[in-house]
Amino acid sequence: MAFEGLADRLQGSIQKIRGKGKVNEADVKEMMREVRLALLEADVNFKVVKTFIKKVSERAVGQEVMQSLTPGQQVIKVVKEELTELMGGEQSQIAVAKKPPTVIMMVGLQGAGKTTTAGKLASLLRKKHNRKPLLVAADIYRPAAIKQLETIGKQLDLPVFSMGDQVSPVEIAKAGIAKAKEDHQDYVLIDTAGRLHIDETLMDELKQIKDLSSPEEIFLVVDAMTGQDAVNVAQNFDDALGVTGVVLTKLDGDTRGGAALSIRSVTQKPIKFVGMGEKMDALEAFHPERMASRILGMGDMLSLIEKAQTNVDEEKAKEMEKKLRTASFTLDDFLEQLGQVKQMGPLDELIKMIPGANKMKGIDNLQVDEKQLGHVEAIIKSMTMKEKEQPEVINASRRKRIAKGSGRTIQEVNRLLKQFEDMKKMMKQMTNSQQKGKKRGGLNFPFMQ
Amino acid sequence: MSFFKKIKDKLTHSQDTMSDKFREGLTKTRDNFTTKMNDLVARYRTVDEDFFEELEEILFEADVGFETIVKLIDELKMEVRRQNIKDTKDIRGVISKKLVEIYQGDDDEENALLQLQEDELTVILFVGVNGVGKTTTIGKLAHQFKEDGKKVMLAAGDTFRAGAIEQLEVWGQRVGVDVIKHGEGADPAAVMYDAVQSAKAKKADILICDTAGRLQNKVNLMKELEKVKKVIERELPGAPQEVLLALDATTGQNALTQAKIFKEATNVTGIVLTKLDGTAKGGIVLAIKQELGIPVKFVGLGEKMDDLQPFDAEKYVYGLFADLIEDEKAESDE
Repeated sequence: MAFEGLADRLQGSIQKIRGKGKVNEADVKEMMREVRLALLEADVNFKVVKTFIKKVSERAVGQEVMQSLTPGQQVIKVVKEELTELMGGEQSQIAVAKKPPTVIMMVGLQGAGKTTTAGKLASLLRKKHNRKPLLVAADIYRPAAIKQLETIGKQLDLPVFSMGDQVSPVEIAKAGIAKAKEDHQDYVLIDTAGRLHIDETLMDELKQIKDLSSPEEIFLVVDAMTGQDAVNVAQNFDDALGVTGVVLTKLDGDTRGGAALSIRSVTQKPIKFVGMGEKMDALEAFHPERMASRILGMGDMLSLIEKAQTNVDEEKAKEMEKKLRTASFTLDDFLEQLGQVKQMGPLDELIKMIPGANKMKGIDNLQVDEKQLGHVEAIIKSMTMKEKEQPEVINASRRKRIAKGSGRTIQEVNRLLKQFEDMKKMMKQMTNSQQKGKKRGGLNFPFMQ
Repeated sequence: MSFFKKIKDKLTHSQDTMSDKFREGLTKTRDNFTTKMNDLVARYRTVDEDFFEELEEILFEADVGFETIVKLIDELKMEVRRQNIKDTKDIRGVISKKLVEIYQGDDDEENALLQLQEDELTVILFVGVNGVGKTTTIGKLAHQFKEDGKKVMLAAGDTFRAGAIEQLEVWGQRVGVDVIKHGEGADPAAVMYDAVQSAKAKKADILICDTAGRLQNKVNLMKELEKVKKVIERELPGAPQEVLLALDATTGQNALTQAKIFKEATNVTGIVLTKLDGTAKGGIVLAIKQELGIPVKFVGLGEKMDDLQPFDAEKYVYGLFADLIEDEKAESDE
């Protein structure tokens, strides 16, 4: 049941072609069938797939692929290029009204993640853009939806405007904007109730809110796991309201996210942000190229590198580097390094971002036990300063004490010390060879090899 | 064609509001599907590759699972060769029969019913990803049990999401049942422990447990869910009698992975297909049934308290493919 990436899919048809020299039109057609299946498997709407395949076929049958000696790779390249282009550029800016406050409406189906996204967006506006946002609780239908927004507001220390669930959402929006003016808040985020795109009464309600608040942005919030129906949802919301942008949520799941492509090609509106987790800072800019790779099941190396860059402190890295060269790397440093790896997120997710990792033998079933890291941490923290700096002083009785203190076995303590010793040796070799060799870059940790 | 006759008979003899609801909820789906199918048959005289490709697309549009479609198409192609079918008209019957077969398999109807304990506490655990409608479904289900004269209790096991406990409490008040809760951020396993103890002491018939939504690839959260279930098992042997996975009908191919991983973690016994009143078709349940053997037990057809309907495979399939089956029957009667 494991999903295959496009590269794996094409493998079969490429093997058939191999030895034949150049490919003919029939071969291209066969490859296009695989591309089509890969996209359908990723939940891209079938109509969108159809148009897309037609476009790619033209390019493929033309010079590019048929003249190529590596037609398979060429097809992937063409597909990825077209896909990236279709997905549009990076557009994570948020509009500003000429006269404050700027109003943003959050709309979408039930359970898409509007309330959570509203909180994240408000937090982003304050943090990145130095703005003062007001959250307006206009979902009077779902039980405790207002309470949910209030709790989020409290967590973020941001103001939330609410009037209970007996007042119409239109009234709430109006009063909310007035309140923002009064308090000199420059952004108003209206959290509306989830609704079906075919529910005319409720869609009308949104139109009324739009008419009275003249929002600068109307964000359609869509679950990344949405299937073929994404086109209908996007089309209806766009027709009714004229959305200005899309937020794709729950992208930290393992869905391919083909809905992104469907929505984009139906509405032509930019996907501005993606929701990457339940924490309030887990809202990221949308990267078309990464999304293209993801839809094609080709890994996401760029995100991995970016994660490493944002989470590994540059200064500390340089310091560590020096320690490595002078071989004064201690167990304390080791612990710190572990902490930095942990900050990058769950390890199994990091591994999944490596292109081809899902095809490597064993890795697809590999589940990194985060607890192991905790155990290592406990063991090191049970050592004295001296032990951490000079592990060679750790004798049998010290080992016993450390094991007891950390709640682990002596064997585990031994294993860790052995691993640390090996690592140190390895790093010494590495730094030696690098110093002899060409100039080296900044980051060079063993876990990044 | 005794097979279709059986379905027809069943439906004509048991016309009740429920199958009307099904028809109503699925009208869009059915119209769409049948029109396309008839259109397809009309457009293609001969059964060829293009015909199958288009059939494939129709199935894809209903979010029927990828593998299921590939398998179905393969089987159809074989059948076409075996019976030497050339005219597209002749293949229609084969298609509809195969679709119904996929859904039903060899199971009898028992499978689609909830396993309720007589005179003893039954525990129902709800699991699923974020935003699929677990809490809402629990509210509706509690309402139904209450109407049936059962003593129902709810456990607020979603201690993570802001406002989740309050949401369940509102449902508790609406329906008029007790809600066992701890504060936000509490250990959900501890909530379950208290809930089971309390339900036992108060001699409740049914305890419905809510849990926080979680994406199936979050290993830690799935482990937490295993622990929650273990606590219930320990406090009441044989429980939970049902583990229901709430599934959003708008979900695409990922639903299959959801079902697979939640099954591995909590041994899911059934699915509640929510939000089927939209334009989404929830065809992925075909694949889930076929590949994992998990039956659908309820469908959510709206936001009202009584909009949760027990699932009846024959009626669902009938709702999806009604016209096809009727056409087939008319032809065989001639």
